[in-house]
Amino acid sequence: MYPTDLKYTKDHEWIRLQDGEAAVGITDFAQRQLGDVVFVELPEVGRTLKQGEAFGTIESVKAVSDLFSPVSGEVTAVNPDLANHPEAVNAKPHETWMIRLRPSAAAEADALLDASAYANLAK
Amino acid sequence: MSSSPAALKKTPLNARHRASGGRMVEFAGWDMPVEYTGISDEHLAVRTRAGMFDVSHMGEIEIAGSDALALVQLLTSNDASKLAVGQAQYSALMTPAGTFVDDVLVYRLADEHYLLVVNAGNIVKDYDWIAANGRQRGGDAAVVNASSRYALIALQGPEAQSVLQSLTAIDLATIRYYWFAHGEVAAVRSTVSRTGYTGEDGFEIFVPPGQAERVWLALAEAGRPVDLRLCGLGARDTLRLEAAMRLYGNDMDEQTTVLEAGLGWIVGWQKEDFLGAGTLRAQKANGLERKLVAFEMQNRAIARHGYPVMSGGTQVGVVTSGTHTPFLKKAIGFAMVPAAMTDVGTPIEIEIRGRREQGQVVPEPFYKRAKKAAVR
Repeated sequence: MYPTDLKYTKDHEWIRLQDGEAAVGITDFAQRQLGDVVFVELPEVGRTLKQGEAFGTIESVKAVSDLFSPVSGEVTAVNPDLANHPEAVNAKPHETWMIRLRPSAAAEADALLDASAYANLAK
Repeated sequence: MSSSPAALKKTPLNARHRASGGRMVEFAGWDMPVEYTGISDEHLAVRTRAGMFDVSHMGEIEIAGSDALALVQLLTSNDASKLAVGQAQYSALMTPAGTFVDDVLVYRLADEHYLLVVNAGNIVKDYDWIAANGRQRGGDAAVVNASSRYALIALQGPEAQSVLQSLTAIDLATIRYYWFAHGEVAAVRSTVSRTGYTGEDGFEIFVPPGQAERVWLALAEAGRPVDLRLCGLGARDTLRLEAAMRLYGNDMDEQTTVLEAGLGWIVGWQKEDFLGAGTLRAQKANGLERKLVAFEMQNRAIARHGYPVMSGGTQVGVVTSGTHTPFLKKAIGFAMVPAAMTDVGTPIEIEIRGRREQGQVVPEPFYKRAKKAAVR
């Protein structure tokens, strides 16, 4: 269910580390809780985020939720497809990244949950 | 904190919702399904095929006796004297200030027997109000809170008639919009009303609580060929808003007059007198200071209940309902705004989480179903 190459937060974000860069999205559990996503508000490229800082909001018909950064770092890209196709978050939550970051503290990611620990949490 | 689940009221279909995978939430003191397969999926099913809702949390108040009509006429805005037996009307249960105690459907069950279908959160308040006025007025009008005697199932969508027809001998084609008939549905004594809260064709079916599950399961089975969806309160809200139907407690309440809510069409102006008539007549003659308008936004962010409507640097109004509609794929809503801002096309600026977003006033409803094709 939860890909093992991702790390997870208790706030239901995932992070994929690759070549010194990190992609961030929300988990399948989170998208199911939200229901149909209609809007994702993302930060400016270049913004510096602290671990746990809100970087945007995600809105479904039912609710609005903050998005929290799993690690500290600088935003290097935001997913341009989400403006017109926010429903991709529902369809493919673990492949639909929201922001890319250049992490500034590598140890932070090591302390996040792995797939099995997260699966226990998201029951 | 809201009350614990144990303290919540349950409809006769509660266990069925849980067994069918409904996601349960608290609504007006009731434990109700907010969604089954997803709000969009359920919404689109009602717009294109059929959907079924448990609305047994709604209340039923009966008024009977030779003075029943007089009491209904005194307390509600619409002209109930125009109702034939077998007919229903939308109306306001009035305060003396011309505002809403509740919004209701008034059914004429018999010559001297009326049934009011009221909002779940207002059952006790409405009953107390009607009973107190009945006592004060005197005369022959018994007022009974009959809510526990009815379960109510809404079957909505273009295929609703074909699904229901397979389970009843009532000739549904003869029931016009806002009329009802008695008969059996799945061999259960029922009252079938061509009404609903979705903007789609459909029926609301009153059944005895003990038989509700039988009817529900039979309808679900009969709906299989058209891929009927079980629907929750989430889709009920997006559907009613798309159809520009008001929600008590959001769009109007005891502070909102019937005219401010944009519901002048439910005022029986020819009636002699009714509670709040003076205020409504004065507002009609002198104009309104504020009124509910329908709006749509340019962008996707939802302008939700309570968000401020801005003009220049100040708040001039408030969003009363807002959603993103799965069918029209737009952020829409109702807002209470000053009278000068109510013309269609007027720009409207709404503060959404600290940001100003642009929209405009649009005509109601947002969605209107296509007229039925000519009968073959």
